[in-house]
Amino acid sequence: MKTVIIDYGAGNVKSLQFAFERLGVNAKLSNRREEILAADRVLFPGVGEASSAMDKLRQSGLDALIPELKQPVLGICLGMQLMCDHSEENNTQGLGIFKLPVLRFAESEKIPQIGWNSISGLDSKIFEDINEEAFMYMVHSYYVPLSDETIAKSFYGLDYASAIQRNNFYGVQFHPEKSSKDGSKILQNFLELE
Amino acid sequence: MLTKRIIPCLDIKNGRTVKGVNFVDLKDAGDPVELAKIYSEDGADELVFLDIAATEENRKTLADLVLDIAREIDIPFTVGGGISRVQDVETLLKNGADKVSVNSSAVKRPELINELASTFGSQCIVVAIDARQMNGDWKVHLVGGKVPTEIDLFDWAREVEERGGGEILFTSMNHDGTKNGFANVTLAKLSDMVNIPIIASGGAGTISHFKDAFEIGKADAALAASVFHYKEIPIQELKENLREAGIPVRL
Repeated sequence: MKTVIIDYGAGNVKSLQFAFERLGVNAKLSNRREEILAADRVLFPGVGEASSAMDKLRQSGLDALIPELKQPVLGICLGMQLMCDHSEENNTQGLGIFKLPVLRFAESEKIPQIGWNSISGLDSKIFEDINEEAFMYMVHSYYVPLSDETIAKSFYGLDYASAIQRNNFYGVQFHPEKSSKDGSKILQNFLELE
Repeated sequence: MLTKRIIPCLDIKNGRTVKGVNFVDLKDAGDPVELAKIYSEDGADELVFLDIAATEENRKTLADLVLDIAREIDIPFTVGGGISRVQDVETLLKNGADKVSVNSSAVKRPELINELASTFGSQCIVVAIDARQMNGDWKVHLVGGKVPTEIDLFDWAREVEERGGGEILFTSMNHDGTKNGFANVTLAKLSDMVNIPIIASGGAGTISHFKDAFEIGKADAALAASVFHYKEIPIQELKENLREAGIPVRL
C-alpha cells in the first residue's frame, strides 16, 4: 500500500511521517500530482494560517487536484478546515469538499484551544476500537460546526465537529499523530479502510 | 471537555538531560529521549525541553535531538532556550517540535513574537515569562530569571497576547525551587486578564499545589521538573487525585 503525505509547506509533516513509521508504514512526503494520484491513502496535514496555506495549495495546483481524489483522504487540523467551503480566518475560500463553514471560537473561551479534549458520538470505521470520550490533542482557534457529516464531536464553549466525513474524504480537527495510542489507532484504522 | 495539562520540563545541555534524575529503571538517565518516553507512558500531557546552555555551536545538536524525540514520542512537545530568530524556529518545527518557547529574546525585541506568529501561527509560539515580585510589583527578569528589568509582568503579558503569542508560560522566581506552591493569586490575575492559555511554573511540591494552581490560579496547565524527575509525585497518581477533586484531566 502506498501512503502519501501531501507536503505543501504548511504543516508539521515530520511528526505525521514518524507516526506512520511507528506503525511500520513508510509514508512518503510529496507534492507531485502523479505520486498523489497513485497513492492508496492520502494524508492532508496543515498547521498555521488558512489563507497562506490556500495560497501554497494554489501555487502547486493542489487545490484542483485534492477534491478530485478517489482514494481515502484524511485532512488533519488545518487540512480538515481547508477541505470546507469557507473559513472566517482571513476570509479564506476553501476547497469546498464539505459544504461547511469554518468559524472562530467565541471570545468567551481562551483562544486558541490548546490541549486534550474528549471526542464522542463516534460514527465511523476510523474510530473502530476507540472508546467514547477518548482524549485527542487539539490546537485550534477555528472550528467546524455540527452537521450531517459530523462523525465525532467535542465541546469547547459549544459542541463542534471534531471529525467529519463525506464519501472518501475524512477530516479530523485533532492531531492523531500527537494523540498517544488512541491517535495512532485512528491512523491505523484509516489505513485499513476498505 | 478540555482537560488541564500536566507538563514535565526537562533541562537539556549539549543534547543531554541535566540534573540527576532518579529513575532506577532508566538505562541512561542522561538520555532525553528515553526519559521523554517514560513520561509520556506515565500520562504526561506534553513535554517541555529547555536548552539551558544554548549557543550557536550547539544549535545543530538541539535540532538533531528534536528529530530523535519526534521519532519516538507521540505526545506534543515544546522546545526552548536561546531562540531569537525565525530561522531557528523553522528548523525546530521542521524537525518535529510542536511548539517553541521564547523568553529573553522576545523581551529584548518584542517584534520577534509578531514575526514568529505570522510565519508559523500563534498556536506554536509559547512566550515564557520569568518574573519576581519586588516591593509589591511583579517585574520581568531575563536570562533565566537572573537579570531584572523595569517591565511590569501584567503589561508584558498583555503585549505578548497582542503581538500574537499563543500561550504564556509564567514562572514566579519567588516560588521557583521553594516547593511551597505556585503563585496562585498572580496566576489568576494573568488568566483573567489575557485570553490565551496560561501555563503555571515554579513552586510545585505536593499534589495539592497542582490542584490549587488549577482551582485558585485558574491555570490551563502546570509545569514542574524536580517533583517528577525525583518521582516525588508520580504523574498517574497526581492525575487520579486531580480527577477525584473534580478537575478535568486525561486519564
